[in-house]
Amino acid sequence: MSVARIAARLAALADENRAAFVAYVMAGDPDPASAAAILKGLPGAGADIIELGLPFSDPVADGPSIQRAGIRALEQGVTVAGVLDRVREFRETDTATPLILMGYLNPLLSYGLAAFAAHAAEAGVDGVIVVDCPPEEAGTLGDALDRQGVALIRLATPTTDADRLKIVAQGTRGFVYYVSVSGVTGGKQAQAQDIAPAIARVRAASGLPVVVGFGIRTPAQAAAVARVADGAVVGTALVDVLADALASGRDPVAGVLATVASLAQGVRAARLVAA
Amino acid sequence: MSLVATAKPPALLNDYQAFPDADGRFGDYGGRYVPETLMPLVLDLDRAYAEAKVDPAFQAKLAGYLATYVGRPSPLYLAERLTAHFGGAKIYLKREELNHTGAHKINNCMGQILLARRMDKTRIIAETGAGQHGVATATVCALFGLPCIVYMGAVDVERQAPNVLRMNLLGAEVRPVTSGASTLKDAMNEALRDWVSNVEDTYYLIGSAAGPHPYPVMVRDFQAVIGLETREQILHAEGRLPDVLVACVGGGSNAIGLFHPFLNDEGVRIIGVEAAGDGMDTDRHAAALNGGRPGVLHGNKTYLLQTADGQITEAHSISAGLDYPGIGPEHAWLHDVGRAQYLTATDDEALEAFQLCARLEGIVPALESAHALARLPQIAVEVGKGGVVVLNLSGRGDKDLATVAARLGLPV
Repeated sequence: MSVARIAARLAALADENRAAFVAYVMAGDPDPASAAAILKGLPGAGADIIELGLPFSDPVADGPSIQRAGIRALEQGVTVAGVLDRVREFRETDTATPLILMGYLNPLLSYGLAAFAAHAAEAGVDGVIVVDCPPEEAGTLGDALDRQGVALIRLATPTTDADRLKIVAQGTRGFVYYVSVSGVTGGKQAQAQDIAPAIARVRAASGLPVVVGFGIRTPAQAAAVARVADGAVVGTALVDVLADALASGRDPVAGVLATVASLAQGVRAARLVAA
Repeated sequence: MSLVATAKPPALLNDYQAFPDADGRFGDYGGRYVPETLMPLVLDLDRAYAEAKVDPAFQAKLAGYLATYVGRPSPLYLAERLTAHFGGAKIYLKREELNHTGAHKINNCMGQILLARRMDKTRIIAETGAGQHGVATATVCALFGLPCIVYMGAVDVERQAPNVLRMNLLGAEVRPVTSGASTLKDAMNEALRDWVSNVEDTYYLIGSAAGPHPYPVMVRDFQAVIGLETREQILHAEGRLPDVLVACVGGGSNAIGLFHPFLNDEGVRIIGVEAAGDGMDTDRHAAALNGGRPGVLHGNKTYLLQTADGQITEAHSISAGLDYPGIGPEHAWLHDVGRAQYLTATDDEALEAFQLCARLEGIVPALESAHALARLPQIAVEVGKGGVVVLNLSGRGDKDLATVAARLGLPV
C-alpha cells in the first residue's frame, strides 16, 4: 500500500469534493494504553489521515505543547521500534487510513535508515516526514524509503521561493506538506486568505495534493484551510486537549477523540458551506 | 598573515585545509540539517559570507575593529614558571583571555556582526553556555546599536550570574531557557525556534564552530586569526613551528581557530581536550568524540552524546562553555582521519590546573581553558626539553569564581 494508500485516500476525498482532515498525535502519549486507544479511535472520530509523532529530545521545530508531549512519550520509553509495533497493531483493524510518521532525523539514523524503511513499510507506515532533513540532505533516506514504496513527504514553507520549490517538489511523494507560517508548531495562526496563493503555487510546482499544517487550531480555521487546500493538519490543539485532560484528571482519550470529531466536522462542512 | 599561503605545502596527499566542500561537508560531517523554513536563510547566509570573505573592504573593516576594539594581536607568552614546573617542553600561552570581553568569542562575533549589517539584518539572536559568547554578542550589538536577545539555559543563568549582569548592562535581553536540562543545548534549540519564527529581520549569531553550513566554516575562519597570529609569533620567538598545539574543545571554536592554519604542517601535533566531567567511566561527561557517536543535531552531522535510540543526552561539565553534547563537524572529521588527537580532562583535573595556573603565572584561566591546561603535565614531559608547546588560553576565569569557590568550599 504505502504511497498508494495516501494517493487513494486523497483521490477518494477529492471525488467527494472535500479536503482531508489530518490528525497529529504524539506516539505513546500519555501512556501506552491511552495512546493505543486514541490511535485506534482516530479514523472513527473523523481523521482521514493520521500523523504520528516520533518523539525526539531536541525538537527545534516544535512549540512548547509538542515539546512536552515528546517528553511525556520519552518518559514512557517510546522508541522507533516501539512505534512501529503500535503501527502494526493499528493495521490489524484498519488498512484504509493512511498513517504518516513525523519526527526528526537522529532517531532514524540511530535505527539505521535502510532497516527503518523496510520495517516501516512492513508495519504499514505510508509516509514519513523528517523535519530536519531538507531535500539536500535527504538522498539516503529518500532512496531507502523509495525502495520500500514509503513516501518521503517534503515540507514547503512561506520562505520556500520558486527556485527552491522545484527542489522540494522533485523528490516528494504522496503530498506536499505546506507549513503555513514561519514558526514552530502551535505558534502563529494561519490566515486562509494568505495561504491560498501559496497552495496554488505548490500544487502547480509539484503536481501533488497540498496539505496544510502549523497554526490551525479550531474547526473554523480548519474549515477555512479546507476550502483552499487538499488537507488540514491539526496537532498542537489535540495535544493541548490531551494535556489539559491529564492535568485535570479527565479521560484524555475521550477528550482527544471528541476534539477530532469537531475538527473533522469543520473540514467536512467547509466546502458545503462555501458552495 | 601571508605566512600561511607561502608555507602551505603544495603536494600533500591530504590537503586538510581544502574542507568543507560546497555543501559544507568535512568528510561525512557537517551539512545543513535544518527545517525547510530555515533552508533559504542558511543558503542566503552562505552566499553573503562567500561574498564578504573575498571583499577586501569587509576584511579591512574587520581587521580594523580587531586591532582597535578587540585588542589584537593577542600576545603569545612564554610561561616560564609552568614550563619549569612541568620540567619538559617550553609552554607558550596564546593569550586570548586578554581580548576585549575576556575570551576568544569576540573574534567571531565581530566578524558575524559586520556580516549581519552587510545583510541588513536588524535583530540579533544568540545562544550562550558560559555566557562568554553571549557577552561578546551583546558587546558587538551595543557597538552597532542592534537589539540583542541571548538564549541561555536557566541552570547556566544561575551559575554564570556575573555574565548575565554584563549582558544586561550591555543592553541585551537574556531569556532563560527551562526546557531539557536548561543548559547550552536547550539554549540552542530555543534560538533556532526564534529564528524559524523571525525569518525576515533576524540574524542568528552562532558562537561555536557548529550548526548548519556555513556556520562551522565561517566561525572557524573568523577564529583562525588565533592560529595565524600564533604562527607568526612562534616563528618570531623560536624560529620554528611548535611541536604541539593544545586547546580545550566544547563546540570547538577556539580549538579550530588555533589548529586550522597548522593542519597541513605534518610536524605539528594537534591535541584537543574534551571535558570528562565526573570521569569517562561515568555517564556524566561532555566528551562527544571520546564518549559519543555520529548523529545529527542542531543542523550538522557530528559526534553526539546520545542513547542507543538516538535521543540526545545531557552533557555534564563543571565548565558551562564545554557543557554541550556535540562538537563542531570539522573536529569530528579531524578525529576520524587522525589528524588531531582528542584527550579528556575531568572536572577535578581542570580545577587543579585552574589553581596551578593562577599561582604560578598570575593568570586566572577560564574553567574551559583549564581543561587544556590539565593535560599539560603529560604533554610537556612527552614532548620533552627542547620542545615547544602552544596552548590556547581561550578565556579568563573571573566568571568562574563562584563555581570554583563552591567546589573548593571557599567563601566568595
